[in-house]
Amino acid sequence: MQQNSLSNGNGAAVKPKSGAARYKAGVMKYAQMGYWDSGYQPRETDILALFRITPQEGVDPIEAAAAVAGESSTATWTVVWTDRLTACDRYRAKAYKVEPVPGSHDQYFAYIAYDLNLFEPGSIANVTASIIGNVFGFKPLKALRLEDMRFPTAYVKTFAGPATGIVVERERLDKFGRPLLGATVKPKLGLSGKNYGRVVYEALKGGLDFTKDDENINSQAFMHWRDRFLNCMEAVNRAQAATGEIKGHYLNVTAGTMEDMYERAQFAKDLGSVIVMIDLVIGYTAIQSMARWARKNDMILHLHRAGHSTYTRQKNHGISFRVICKWMRLAGVDHIHAGTVVGKLEGDPNSVQGFYNVLRENSNPMDLQRGIFFEQDWAGLPGVMPVASGGIHAGQMHQLLHYLGEDVVLQFGGGTIGHPMGIQAGAQANRVALEAMVLARNEDRDIWNEGPAILADAAKHCAPLKAALDTWGEITFNYTSTDTLDFVPTATPA
Amino acid sequence: MRLTQGAFSFLPDLTDAQISSQIEYCLKNGWAVSIEYTDDPHPRNTYWEMFGQPMFDIRDAAGIMAELQSCRKTFPQHYIKLNAFDSALGRESLRLSFIVGRPDKEPGFALERTEVGGRNVQYTTRSYAVERPEGERY
Repeated sequence: MQQNSLSNGNGAAVKPKSGAARYKAGVMKYAQMGYWDSGYQPRETDILALFRITPQEGVDPIEAAAAVAGESSTATWTVVWTDRLTACDRYRAKAYKVEPVPGSHDQYFAYIAYDLNLFEPGSIANVTASIIGNVFGFKPLKALRLEDMRFPTAYVKTFAGPATGIVVERERLDKFGRPLLGATVKPKLGLSGKNYGRVVYEALKGGLDFTKDDENINSQAFMHWRDRFLNCMEAVNRAQAATGEIKGHYLNVTAGTMEDMYERAQFAKDLGSVIVMIDLVIGYTAIQSMARWARKNDMILHLHRAGHSTYTRQKNHGISFRVICKWMRLAGVDHIHAGTVVGKLEGDPNSVQGFYNVLRENSNPMDLQRGIFFEQDWAGLPGVMPVASGGIHAGQMHQLLHYLGEDVVLQFGGGTIGHPMGIQAGAQANRVALEAMVLARNEDRDIWNEGPAILADAAKHCAPLKAALDTWGEITFNYTSTDTLDFVPTATPA
Repeated sequence: MRLTQGAFSFLPDLTDAQISSQIEYCLKNGWAVSIEYTDDPHPRNTYWEMFGQPMFDIRDAAGIMAELQSCRKTFPQHYIKLNAFDSALGRESLRLSFIVGRPDKEPGFALERTEVGGRNVQYTTRSYAVERPEGERY
């Protein structure tokens, strides 16, 4: 690459070469090869990507952007004459805009357009093999981050989208007008099947809608998967009969092979479960396969985003979680963990609201304050239910409803199972707090300011809620986010 | 038992004033309110009986409350719920549903287990109420 002398060029002045000069054997700037076109007007059918690039010292940002466009589409490091056997002008991705990142001295936003014909219909694996393929290891860049993507309607329509979707999930569960409630069984490892099912029963009978396997509970020596499924479904059905409500437990079917996952999912269906769960680490193709299975088998598909922080958290390198949200909506999951704002895990409020909008809305306008760089029409694809999980408790109910709205699963694991009066009491406290807050919001009360008073009032008729507020009322996780937005810097609130 | 379907079943039964302000919230959002009743509140019973059509054209809470009183008078020992329907593109479904009437005694449900193949069990939830014929259940 050194011969490519990226450092000497001024990409803006570089004109693409044509004819024999363009195809002379040897190395040429990517911008000269046609991967930079400042006048390019993206077509309606183009796939657009926004990268945050940090070029090496002395590398011209426009040449770096052109290189990203090249390496994520048709280019290799040197000129090849075989380009001339193809409609190569059309197939070359085009960097069409480069601008400095506000408040940064060495980072640039590079906008790149890709022709629709570069991609296989309905394949996240194919999209990612291009967009986040070789290019992330490219030497002239210190770091590279995929910030956002725009998928044209023509491509969105090649995906079936969520197996169930928010609307049908609610109809199937017969639950409307409030966030759903869940809890992850704790301790996440070590319980026997019988003891594990006990936690499920207590939490569901107490008032939760869902309980959940954790990401790493699969089939271990202390509890093999069939035993977990049998005990959990006994608990789910007992709780359903005790309350008259539809209940569910996210049975994690994650396994080493697709064959094992299908076998586990089928057993969950045979036992009457409404929902199964997978982890993000199984990979995009496995996720799409499970989404197809779920659609075919009337099953809600829950996705735990295990592993995402390895590439989503640092601002300068990796993939923004908003892109993962877009891929997962296309891939077809029904639930995805997308942040809490107020809990123990990373996520600043505007970013998290951006993720939620991507998952839930019919279309997203450009919204830089929430990190949304492109307008995106979802073309009738159902919405994905976001899940808020990790260090949240009943005392934050007004903040959760304010930030996250109604179409969300609020998961109180520790806040249910760690309740001083027991698991049923913990579940009841959360449900009472939730219903009281929704009622108050609908009555047009200012829940942001009156929230604590609304909870205290509700606790007068609910001793478990009083105990929850006494135990956790003051707990906050007040740290500054690492993945902050560039247009409105904000700290994670208490 | 206490049937906990609907958005507010964990709170003390709503007063008429509270119900009325929830209706106002629905009307403000442009949703159509409807009333449904049943004597079989099985969790999979999607189709409760409709007490008239959804009230697309009644835009004041008092009018809907009058319909609710009439339903309560006709079916004092049934479950009654209020639904709010949103016809907006992409939703076209209920946005709120909550119980506003219950029988004095709620008998609940039995869980029947059929043991099949090894440790597998097939579960059936049965309403105790349906042991008697329709109309004589509460």
